[in-house]
Amino acid sequence: MPLNVGCSARPGKARANRTGSWRVFKPRFLSEKCTKCGMCRTVCPEGCVSEDEGGMFLADYEYCKGCGLCAEECPAEGILMELEEK
Amino acid sequence: MKQKIAIMEGSHAVAEAVKYCRPQVIAAYPITPQTHIVEALAEMVANCELDCEYITVESEFSALSACLGASAAGSRTYSATTSQGLALMFEVCFNVAGMRLPIVMTIANRALGAPLSIWNDQQDSISLRDSGWMQVYAEDNQEATDLHYLAYRVSENHKVLLPSFVCFDGFILSHTYEPVEMLSQEQVDSYLPAFKPFQRLDAADPISFGMYATPDYYLEFRYETDQAMKRAGKVFGEAGREFGELFGRDYSAPVEGYHLDDADTALVAMGSICGTVKDAIDEMRAAGEKVGLLKIRCFRPFPSEEVRKALSGVSRVAVLDKNISLGAKGAVALEVKDALYGSQIPVLDYIIGLGGRDVRKKDIATVVSLARAGKGDLFYGLRTELI
Repeated sequence: MPLNVGCSARPGKARANRTGSWRVFKPRFLSEKCTKCGMCRTVCPEGCVSEDEGGMFLADYEYCKGCGLCAEECPAEGILMELEEK
Repeated sequence: MKQKIAIMEGSHAVAEAVKYCRPQVIAAYPITPQTHIVEALAEMVANCELDCEYITVESEFSALSACLGASAAGSRTYSATTSQGLALMFEVCFNVAGMRLPIVMTIANRALGAPLSIWNDQQDSISLRDSGWMQVYAEDNQEATDLHYLAYRVSENHKVLLPSFVCFDGFILSHTYEPVEMLSQEQVDSYLPAFKPFQRLDAADPISFGMYATPDYYLEFRYETDQAMKRAGKVFGEAGREFGELFGRDYSAPVEGYHLDDADTALVAMGSICGTVKDAIDEMRAAGEKVGLLKIRCFRPFPSEEVRKALSGVSRVAVLDKNISLGAKGAVALEVKDALYGSQIPVLDYIIGLGGRDVRKKDIATVVSLARAGKGDLFYGLRTELI
């Protein structure tokens, strides 16, 4: 995508910034502990946690910054933050 | 083309030139020695001589921020400042350039504190040299007024889209009465068309300026702004040539030589000091000394190629810098040295006239003899009894 003059952008273009590269710790979602409450999706500041066809929750690692809020808030302690290996 | 000649204070001449540029928004905060410009413009707006939104603000930071917003909304905007006021605009200056907004701002050059000084040198605008604003320096009030028409023409060109400083020396020019050939409104209109924004804020078609760039993008944005600055040199040359054809004063060259052709020693300077240097050269020439001047009108973009060409035949170069990059040299000398790299021509730097210290013809002659003796890279005229 060529650059816009003056770094101008139309609404929605922030998606071009794939913030997943910022991540130091990566959340691992443990399906055996998940109660499908959806708290992780509710608290994700990036809005990158979504529900799959089976009702399980997963982060989009293209955008997940690894902030750890989902792991902190998960009532079932079903999300582990693991050091990112790149 | 016929023009009226008026004897005017430099600030008032600049204000009248700005009026003819038809700015739609002015936001400014008064500061010595810029005050008379914005006072005069405020009066023109109050008297309905200029149809313009004049925003009074509480600081220079707000002044340029208001201009930034107005320019992004599609208005031709203007501000003026100096010294501490420009320092307070530092952050906004980088934003304006990065957002590619063609604001024109007059800088009535003044020293920076501490210690507090209201007097002239060029440290203020030089300190913003990396911000992405074009910088032109006027030798006299005629040039100061004309450069405003050029600045808008070049800044608003869609190949450029960069803001401009029009710099003229505080007090030395801003408060001096000189004859100035003033263009009429019709003449300026024929040269400077209405502002056509490249893109603008519009609630019906939303857009944001200067969005954040991750490490994947930022480098390329700086590259593109640098490319625009390089294109500005050519656009400035074309605009200057057309101005010359229409009104008889040719500003196509970013540098101007004075008795350079057979000179063994070349002085290099910017701004009002060039007038003094030319008088000093006339006297030295009468005494048989082969001295010339290279006046730098355009400091950003820096015309390296033209400087190299103009100085190729001299034996030594003495740069008069009304600024100092502390711990290094004067900014102009560094650029000239870079332009002449590999040529074996010695470039000697003289930090001169800081904080309003008067520079007279005899000082120029002394600099030339110092250069001939190979003595340079020094503060000229230091009062050693104080140190």
